[in-house]
Amino acid sequence: MKRRGGWLAGPYVVWMVLFTVIPMMLVVYFAFTGEDGRLTAGNFARLLDYGAVFGRSLGLAAISTAVCLLIGYPLAYVLSRESEAVRKSAMLLIMLPMWVNMLLRTYAWMSILENTGLLNQLLSAVGLPTLRIINTSAAVAIGMVYNYLPFMILPVLTVMLKIDKPVIEAAQDLGGNQATVFKRVIFPLSLPGVLSGITMVFVPSVSTFIISRLLGGGKTLLLGDLIEMQFLGNTYNPHLGSSISLVMMIIVLISMALMNRFGEGEEEVVVL
Amino acid sequence: MKRSRVPGRILQALVAVFLYAPILVLIVFSFNSDKSRTQFKGFTLDWYVSLFENQQVLSALYLSLVIAVLSALIATVIGTAAAIGLYSMKQRPRKMLLSLNNIPVVNPDIITGVALMMLFILCITFLRSLGVRAGLGFTTLLFAHVTFNIPYVILSVLPKLRQLSKHTYEAALDLGASPFAAYRRVIMPEIMPGITAGAMIAFTMSIDDFLISYFTTGTSVQTLPMVIYSMTRKRVSPEINALSTLMFVTVLALLIAINVLQARDQKKKEQRL
Amino acid sequence: MKKTIIIILALILLLAGCQGGALKRLEEDGFDFSYTIENTTGSTAVYVYNWGEYMNEDLNAAFEAVTGIKVHYDTFQTNEALRSKLITGGSNYDVIIPSDYMIGLLIEEGLLEELDFSNIPNFADIKPHLKNPAYDPGNRYSVPYMWGTVGIIYDTTRVSGPVDSWGVLFDERYTGQILMFDNARDTFGIALKLLGYSFNTENEDELLAAYELLARQKPLVQAYIMDQIFDKMEVGEAILAPYYAGDALLMMESNADLAFAVPKEGSNIFTDAFVIPKGAANKAAAEMYINFMCSFDAAMANVLELGYSTPLTHVYDALELDEEEYAISYPEDLSLFEPFLNMPHHIRELYDSLWIELLR
Repeated sequence: MKRRGGWLAGPYVVWMVLFTVIPMMLVVYFAFTGEDGRLTAGNFARLLDYGAVFGRSLGLAAISTAVCLLIGYPLAYVLSRESEAVRKSAMLLIMLPMWVNMLLRTYAWMSILENTGLLNQLLSAVGLPTLRIINTSAAVAIGMVYNYLPFMILPVLTVMLKIDKPVIEAAQDLGGNQATVFKRVIFPLSLPGVLSGITMVFVPSVSTFIISRLLGGGKTLLLGDLIEMQFLGNTYNPHLGSSISLVMMIIVLISMALMNRFGEGEEEVVVL
Repeated sequence: MKRSRVPGRILQALVAVFLYAPILVLIVFSFNSDKSRTQFKGFTLDWYVSLFENQQVLSALYLSLVIAVLSALIATVIGTAAAIGLYSMKQRPRKMLLSLNNIPVVNPDIITGVALMMLFILCITFLRSLGVRAGLGFTTLLFAHVTFNIPYVILSVLPKLRQLSKHTYEAALDLGASPFAAYRRVIMPEIMPGITAGAMIAFTMSIDDFLISYFTTGTSVQTLPMVIYSMTRKRVSPEINALSTLMFVTVLALLIAINVLQARDQKKKEQRL
Repeated sequence: MKKTIIIILALILLLAGCQGGALKRLEEDGFDFSYTIENTTGSTAVYVYNWGEYMNEDLNAAFEAVTGIKVHYDTFQTNEALRSKLITGGSNYDVIIPSDYMIGLLIEEGLLEELDFSNIPNFADIKPHLKNPAYDPGNRYSVPYMWGTVGIIYDTTRVSGPVDSWGVLFDERYTGQILMFDNARDTFGIALKLLGYSFNTENEDELLAAYELLARQKPLVQAYIMDQIFDKMEVGEAILAPYYAGDALLMMESNADLAFAVPKEGSNIFTDAFVIPKGAANKAAAEMYINFMCSFDAAMANVLELGYSTPLTHVYDALELDEEEYAISYPEDLSLFEPFLNMPHHIRELYDSLWIELLR
C-alpha cells in the first residue's frame, strides 16, 4: 500500500502540541520558578514538609489497590468460568454504577458511613457497637475501592477470557488439578490484566481530591487536595502547586514503568 | 471435575451489594419527605419538582450536553484524520507521534486540568494586555474536552485500520478511483464502527468529567458534575438524590435499549445465515 | 438512538420553561416584584459569586423578572478560595461578596473596581456606622450585604456544663464530635482568642502558639468544613461547632436541642459586602443588582430567610423578631467582638504555611 496521507495527522499534532506538550512544559517551568519569576529549587525543598501527605497518598492508594485486587481478582476468575449470558449481565451490572457520576456515588457513601448514618443505624439495630468511620482514612479508602474496583475487575476478566480454553483443558488432561492449573496456567497468563488493573486503580487513587474532600472531612489531606489548594483553594501558589504536580507525575510514570516491566502484555485500552 | 459454585456466587452477591448499596440509598432518599439523608420519614415527589425548577441544574445539564456533543464531534474529526494519517506513516514517526496521544490518557486528570488552566490563563492575560476581553469559560472548556477526547477516538479507530485488508485500497486505486474517493468509499465504511465507538466514548468521557472542567472553566459556565460538586459541599438537599435517580434510570434505560437492539441485530444476522 | 436524544432535548426545553415558582413564593410571603426597572445597562446578564447558603435565591429570579437581566449565580466556600479564583485572572464575575478583611486585601492588590454610587441610591439606607469602614477607607469599593458574629453552636443534650468559652472546642470529652472551620483565619482566630491574643496579631510567636494549640486539638476534630457544618449540626452528626449567628438561629429552628453562645474570650464580628472585580464586563448591571438587593422588599425577603443581620436602616426598623433572635443577631454589647483585618504579606504567608502544616 502506498503510504500517503500522513498530512492528515497535522491538525492532531498541532492540537496535541498546543494543548498537552506546552501545558506540561508550563508545569515544569512553574515548578522551577518562584513568585519573583527566578529559577529556584525552593518549591521542591518545601515539598519535604509535605512528606506526610505524600506518604498518606501513596499508602492509601496502595491499600485501595490491594483491596481492589483481593476482591476483583477472585471475582474476575469466578466470572470467567460462568456461562456467557451470566457473565455478560454481570459485566453490565459492574459497569452500570460507573455511569452515574462519581461525585454522586461518593456522596452516597457519606449517608452510609456517617456517625448517625445507615450503617451505624443497622449496627445498633442488631445490637452491635457503632463505628466511627466517616472523616477517617478508612472512609477515604472505602471510597477509593468503591470507585475504582471495576477498573480492576474488567481488565483482569478481559485477559482471563482470552486464555484459550484448549490450553486449560490440556493442562487438566495432563493431570493438573484445579489448584495446579490455576497456579501454573491461569495465574501467569492473567498477569498482564492484573498489572493494567493495578495501574488503573493506583493512578486515580493517588491523584484524587474529591474522595478525600467528601469522605475525609478535610483531615486526610491527599496530594490531589494539596494541588487543588494551591490553584483554586485556600492557599494560592501555582509554583508550589506545579512542583507537587510534577512529583506526582513522576510517581505515576515510575509506577507505570514498573508495571510495564513486569508485564510483557500489549497495551490495551479497556473501553467502558 | 465439578466444584461447588456457592463461594463464587456469594462473592458475586457481596460485590453486587457493595456496588449497589450507595445507589439504592440515593434512590430511596430521593423520595424522602424529610431533608435528612439518613432518616426516612415519608414519601414525596417534591424533590423532583424542585429539581426541575432549579435553573442552575437545568442550565448545567444543557451546557454539559452541548460541550459533550461539540467536543465529541471535533475530537472525532481530528482523531479520525489523525488515525488515518498515522496509519499511513512509517513505523518510527508513527510511534513517536502516538506517544503524544498517551499524555492525556496516562496523566492524572488533575494534572491535565491544572496544566491546561495555566496555559489558558497565560493566553487570557496576553489577550487582555491587547485589550481583548477574555476569560475562562465556554471556549476553554471546549478546548480542554477536545484535548482529552482525541486520544480515545484515535485508540478506537487505529485498531480498525490495522484490520483493513491492505489490498482493497490499492484495488480501488487500480480501478481508477481517486485517492480521496478510495478513502471515502473503501476505508471509511470499514472503520466506521471504530469512529462511532470513539465518538461515543468521547461523549461519555466529556459528560462525566469533573476534574478537568473544574480547573478550566470560569464564571458560571458550569457543567453538571461541577454543579453536583458544589451541591455536595452545601447543606443537604435531596434534589441531589432526585438527580442521581434520574441519571441512573436514564443510563439503565439506554443500556437496556442498546442491548435489546443488539440482540435483535444478532437474531437478524443469524436468520440471514 | 437519535429519537431518544431528541426526546431528552425536548424534555429539557420543556422543563426549562417552568420557573414561576420563585416569584410565586415571594409573592405569597407578601413581597412585591411586579414592577419593572428599565435595563439601561447594555448588559443582558450579570455574574454573581456569593458564599454558599447565603442568599434567598428566589431573589435572583425576581431580579430577572424586574430588569430582564439574567443572573448567573455561583457560590464559593471561603474568602481565600474566592481570591484564588480572582487572581488567576481567568474568571469574570461582576458581583462578588467577600468579607471585610478580604476586601481590604483585594483593594490593596488592585483587584476591585470603584463603584459608581449614583447607580446605587439605596446605599443611602446603609446604617451610618457601617459606612466608611476600616477595610474600605473612603467607602469607594463596597456596599455592605450582611453583617454578623461568630459563636459556638452546640447540642445541649450532649454537652454538659455551661458553654461560655472557646475552650469547650478543645475538650477531650468531645473527641470526634467537634467541627471546625475550613479556613485559616477563622480557625486560627479561635485559638488566638482562647490564648487571649488579638485576631489581628502580627506577632509570629503568638501565631505559632495558636498553631500548637490547634495541632493538639486536631485529633479531637471530626472534620474541617464550611457549609456542611449546617447539616451536620442539624442532624446530630457532631455536637460542637463554631458558626455564624445568623445560621445558628435557623439550625435551632430545625433542631430544638441546639443552642448558641458567644464565648467570653471574645469573638469575630464580620461584614460581608458587595464589590465589583476589576474589569467586570457588566459593571452597570452589577450596580443595578447591588441596588436591587438593597431595596426594601429584596433585602427583607433575604434577611428573613437567612437570619443574618441587615445593614439597612429601614429593613432593621421594620423587622419583627423575638427576644432571642434580637439577642443573637443584633447583640447590644459589641465590645466582645473584634473584626478581622487585612494582614501584611509575610503574615499571610505564615498563615498559609501553618494552615497546610495543620491539615497535612
